[in-house]
Amino acid sequence: MDKMNILIVGVGGQGTLLASVLLGNLALDKGYDVKLSEVHGMAQRGGSVVTHVKIDREHVNSPLIEPGDADMIIAFEELEAYRWLPYLKKGGVMYVNTQQIMPMPVVLGQAEYPQDIIARLKEKAGRVVAFDALAIAESCGSVKAVNVVLLGAASRDLPFDTDEWQQVIEKNVKTKFIDLNKMAFDQGRTAGGNE
Amino acid sequence: MLGNEAFAQGAYEAGVKVVSSYPGTPSTEVTEALAKRDGIHVEWAPNEKVGVEVAMGASTGGVRALSCMKHVGLNVAADPFFTAAYTGVSGGVVVLAADDNGCHSSQNEQDSRYYARSAGVPALEPADPQECKDYIKLAYEISEKYDTIVLLRSNTRLSHSRGIVELGERCERERIPYVKDIQKRVAMPAMAKKLHVVQEARLKQIEKDGPAMTAGDGALPLNRVEMGDTAIGIITSGICYQYVKDALPEASVLKLGLINPLPKELIRDFAARVEKLYVIEEGEPFFEEQIRAMGVAVTGGKDMFTIQGEYSANMIRKAFGRPLPESEPAKDAPGRPPLLCAGCPHRGLFHVLSKLKKTVMGDIGCYTLAALPPTAAMDSCLCMGGSITMAHGFEKATGSSRDVVAVLGDSTFFHSGITGLVNMRYNGSHGTVIVLDNRITGMTGHQDNPSTGRNARGEEAPAIDIAALCRAIGVEHIVEIDPFEIKDLERVIKEETERDELSVIITKRPCALIAKQPDIPYLVSDACKNCKQCMKIGCPAIEEKDGRPYIVPERCVGCGLCEKVCPFSAIEIAADGKEGR
Repeated sequence: MDKMNILIVGVGGQGTLLASVLLGNLALDKGYDVKLSEVHGMAQRGGSVVTHVKIDREHVNSPLIEPGDADMIIAFEELEAYRWLPYLKKGGVMYVNTQQIMPMPVVLGQAEYPQDIIARLKEKAGRVVAFDALAIAESCGSVKAVNVVLLGAASRDLPFDTDEWQQVIEKNVKTKFIDLNKMAFDQGRTAGGNE
Repeated sequence: MLGNEAFAQGAYEAGVKVVSSYPGTPSTEVTEALAKRDGIHVEWAPNEKVGVEVAMGASTGGVRALSCMKHVGLNVAADPFFTAAYTGVSGGVVVLAADDNGCHSSQNEQDSRYYARSAGVPALEPADPQECKDYIKLAYEISEKYDTIVLLRSNTRLSHSRGIVELGERCERERIPYVKDIQKRVAMPAMAKKLHVVQEARLKQIEKDGPAMTAGDGALPLNRVEMGDTAIGIITSGICYQYVKDALPEASVLKLGLINPLPKELIRDFAARVEKLYVIEEGEPFFEEQIRAMGVAVTGGKDMFTIQGEYSANMIRKAFGRPLPESEPAKDAPGRPPLLCAGCPHRGLFHVLSKLKKTVMGDIGCYTLAALPPTAAMDSCLCMGGSITMAHGFEKATGSSRDVVAVLGDSTFFHSGITGLVNMRYNGSHGTVIVLDNRITGMTGHQDNPSTGRNARGEEAPAIDIAALCRAIGVEHIVEIDPFEIKDLERVIKEETERDELSVIITKRPCALIAKQPDIPYLVSDACKNCKQCMKIGCPAIEEKDGRPYIVPERCVGCGLCEKVCPFSAIEIAADGKEGR
């Protein structure tokens, strides 16, 4: 694999930033040029958030992934998967946590949450892997591990082997959460293969 | 490394000794990263003007100093910035201003480059994290060599992008002994006239020397010509350079690193070598207008590209008729605006203000989000501290202060609120000011401030008592209250607004993201009459399920505000594994 664009999307507070840091650090260790672009500040407060991860054997210029240019989208929430779908390259793959978080306009009855999102994603994307990552994270001991569960699943389409992932988790996660996150990664990887 | 961390690394390597900044997205992480390093005094100043002045004092004391801020912070710091451009420095001084093209976290999209031009200050703009590090080091060399402050311009996309950065060693520097020099440092009219002459000559010298300046270990030219196909020549800088390289890889490019003063001869030479010259810059036509004024023909600039928002490689591809990747927009995806967190102390206050239908002069902070539905309890947000002064002006215009309140946070109060309150007291206001004291600077990611009892390094520091400060100003009616005691709060707001005297209400409850929450979720019981009052507080943990309110257990932090607004006592703690309806 010479280059890859990965978009990580979700709702502020879901832990998208840690997922991108793990992925970025691993790519860096493996000799890729890496650029990440993040969202800080106001949008983090429960808004729609996106992290761009670009890796290239040679050189990355712009840190931004553009519409139609993502090889993979890792989505922490269904509506966010749907919102960012236009960024997926033709034939690209999506890993989706089947959680739905109602945005305030929907709660207030001013807008509707789109129906049958997973089916709509399947119509457009090359491949969609949708599963309940939140339930897996909970069974591993913390709903906060949903980011690592999703990375575990997505690792099937990323150019790094399982040992390398385990090492990057050890290096970047607080000691007391390492075992939990390793388990979350393994179970995510299994779930990603079952779908 | 994050662009902002790279700035910090460069400042560290350059031997910076004093850092005084006010937090502001997207600049905050520079100072935060430096606060973790030893051998440097790092502080959060109450505002950006203080930060730049402290940096100038440190420079006078003989060391390298840094002040970081967001673009709008430079407005606050403009007063010392303009005159420091005259006096020059002893130890090097860099002012780092991060613009927010795209308004990710700001009230406007102003272009800081004009400050460099109108103050006569040299300015640098990096294009990736490695350059963030290299350019700040160069900025210190320029500052000391030419005896000037230097503006370092970043923006959101650069400051919040990560890339590979080569680390170097810190270079400790001898302190420059202080020598009194009133001709240089006392900017009174007779001296200022002479200093203005010096400042102009200095900038001309930098313009002359600019083309030979290099940055980093690779000694890359600061203003770099990358000749390719000569059919298209692009002049650009900063993050836009990256978009140009992706969109038009074959084009010839003049990448500007020194963005003020512009290298006029280099620009003329480059223009002469290409068939058509384009200027691609986010924000205002800062380069373009200067280049056109030089008599150089520009084929495309702001007539092709907007002054608004962020650019992208696709935007440039489209403008040059290049093919775009296939993509269809997702039309019916409802927006997801940011909102106050579950358990946020501000929610109690804005629930009450919304109920009382007050005109709310708002301010800058997380609480600005209360302007959005369902609370929709804010009428204005102008600038830091603008709540207090606008409420005062509103009162003077309407003749009454009974229906208007000013609302601002603790950090914002120290930043620019105090002077407004002094004005209210001095100029006979009867208004009501509400200070949201959540014990932290929330929106920018939890920085300490003068009321928190901790400094930028997290060490204990004196906590300035807001109530005592207000008393010292002469405010007679000061009430401190928990914003979740909504019945009492409603009574207090009514009393204080109806009283024709100046009042300050301080709502005290720590930010939900730092305070320990009970974390036992609430649930909606069978007693629910589906009145949906609980949904009007805009809590992210409350959704509709099967046509009725539902509290999502993993999002509820157990603050209990919904229980207090429920008229039917149908919200209770989900103890002992009890399930909601």
